[in-house]
Amino acid sequence: MKYESQRVAMPYFIFALILFAGQIVFGLVMGLQYVVGDFLFPEIPFNVARMVHTNLLIVWLLFGFMGATYYLVPEEAQTELYSPLLAWILFWVFAAAGTLTILGYLFVDYATLADITMNKLLPTMGREFLEQPTITKIGIALVVVGFLFNIMMTALSGRKTVVNIVLVTGLIGLAVLWLFSFYNPSNLTTDKYFWWFVVHLWVEGVWELIMGAILAYVLIKITGVDREVIEKWLYVIIAMALITGIIGTGHHFFWIGPPEYWLWLGSVFSALEPLPFFMMVLFAFTMINRRKRNHPNKVAALWAIGTAVMAFLGAGVWGFLHTLAPVNYYTHGSQITAAHGHMAFYGAYVMIVLTIISYAMPIMRGRPYGNSNTAQIVEMWGFWLMTISMVFITLFLTGAGILQIWLQRIPESGEALSFMATQDSIALFYWMRLISGCFFMAGLVVYFGSFLIKGQASPAEEVRGPATQDA
Amino acid sequence: MAERFTKSMARNIYLGGSTFFVLLFLVLTFDTQSRAMPERDNRDQLTEQVVRGKHVWENNNCVGCHSLMGEGAYFAPELANVFDRRGGADSEVFKAYMNAWMNAMPTNMPGRRQMPQFNLTDQEIEDLASFLEWTSKIDDNGWPPNIEG
Repeated sequence: MKYESQRVAMPYFIFALILFAGQIVFGLVMGLQYVVGDFLFPEIPFNVARMVHTNLLIVWLLFGFMGATYYLVPEEAQTELYSPLLAWILFWVFAAAGTLTILGYLFVDYATLADITMNKLLPTMGREFLEQPTITKIGIALVVVGFLFNIMMTALSGRKTVVNIVLVTGLIGLAVLWLFSFYNPSNLTTDKYFWWFVVHLWVEGVWELIMGAILAYVLIKITGVDREVIEKWLYVIIAMALITGIIGTGHHFFWIGPPEYWLWLGSVFSALEPLPFFMMVLFAFTMINRRKRNHPNKVAALWAIGTAVMAFLGAGVWGFLHTLAPVNYYTHGSQITAAHGHMAFYGAYVMIVLTIISYAMPIMRGRPYGNSNTAQIVEMWGFWLMTISMVFITLFLTGAGILQIWLQRIPESGEALSFMATQDSIALFYWMRLISGCFFMAGLVVYFGSFLIKGQASPAEEVRGPATQDA
Repeated sequence: MAERFTKSMARNIYLGGSTFFVLLFLVLTFDTQSRAMPERDNRDQLTEQVVRGKHVWENNNCVGCHSLMGEGAYFAPELANVFDRRGGADSEVFKAYMNAWMNAMPTNMPGRRQMPQFNLTDQEIEDLASFLEWTSKIDDNGWPPNIEG
């Protein structure tokens, strides 16, 4: 760690991981509710568990992105953070607001929550992923503005690297697009159209800039490859992401009211959306093959390759699987969507946050070359358990989705099975998904366990990489 | 990548490409919202009651279990066409159905998925029914494929 103020990333990472655990617990609750419908009813109905599961994900990823930013921006800019105090204050504000909101979901009836938070004054609640009370949404906006101010004051006063520029651009995009969460017109089609400005343009737009920048930073650190080369890759990747992803929003406009030209635009551009993720795979493997050093923190390299590969599979391959309009006509809103959502979020965003944590946490804990060999091996077990479990969750949901489409969507009206009859006949796949989910939880416990192992890697483990041997 | 392809070329593709597609997206959004949608979403039938129904829909987090035009959760049935499926595309029949359904929840059948009792007033149920009826009439390119949603 070159600058003392980078250490403010630590509470952000720790809190992110705590929320991650909560997310998985509620995922398991829902997984069980899919097969034992009245589990925890009426104390925690499915809609509450789902809201907690998805909102925890969003909030902990934001904590992760913020932690990553506080860690890497000062180092890239070669200056201390503008205000570590502001970063601490915003941490507590965001943590308190997030915790209160989740407790509100769990202990207050949603309609009452809408009432007491005065949703009437500016109705924004009750929309998927944007269930937060309006006051929480305002809180998030203020925290992000304070955070951006702190980061930009830091970045502008120091060295302006491409990693910093791309990261800050992505974060500004995140903040600006969040404003659409406050726009909730009474016309449902308009509401849905602009809802995607937050949801799609985040995860298939500006978040890819954030992911690309963090990945580039970690690759610079662990491979020692020339910054010029890495920055060129980063530009090409984010160019591909935005060129395909912006018009690719159209794949959400097929069946919610917008005109037919979106069927073509959405299909063609979103079919190209796997490209930036494929480039990330090439990027990660090429940089590691051309490494100028063998960094002793091997598990960080595993996460870096893992996030690129899993993002390509989850966002790229599973996205393409159902993105063409004639296919999506049958798959839209089925378990195929759930399958894609799980692997894409895990691969692209969970894993990139775990990548930077894997790299930065040991350094902040006074282990500049990484954790001890034992700790790294345990962390690798966590990596494989979680990742393989997520592959199986995705496969079982895909199986469930294909059957659902076959039974419920393809037959003519009158012959097709009803929604609930279909759910009953594919229950086996939901049981298998639940079992996979339990393995994921086990992987998470192992991952957490790796933090408890003492000791650190020594610089002696760093041997000369292939590139230096040639020279 | 070949040395001939420089970092500044990559940056220009990023800046030029993203600017172009942001502008194109704004133009298409303008066309969709101002020209195309008024003909497709029956906004002339968007009454006060439909708007109130949308608030009932939102304030009870219906999208946390159901999908609406395929978006939402996949735990409970699609509701954009429930007006056709359960109401036989008849306003009065649908309102009566909705009233009976909402008041019968939860079924408390052991092991079955349960829908909470939301304690809606008769007026709120009627508003919700109007909202779902209006939603069923949006031109959504013929989705879903059949009545089961």
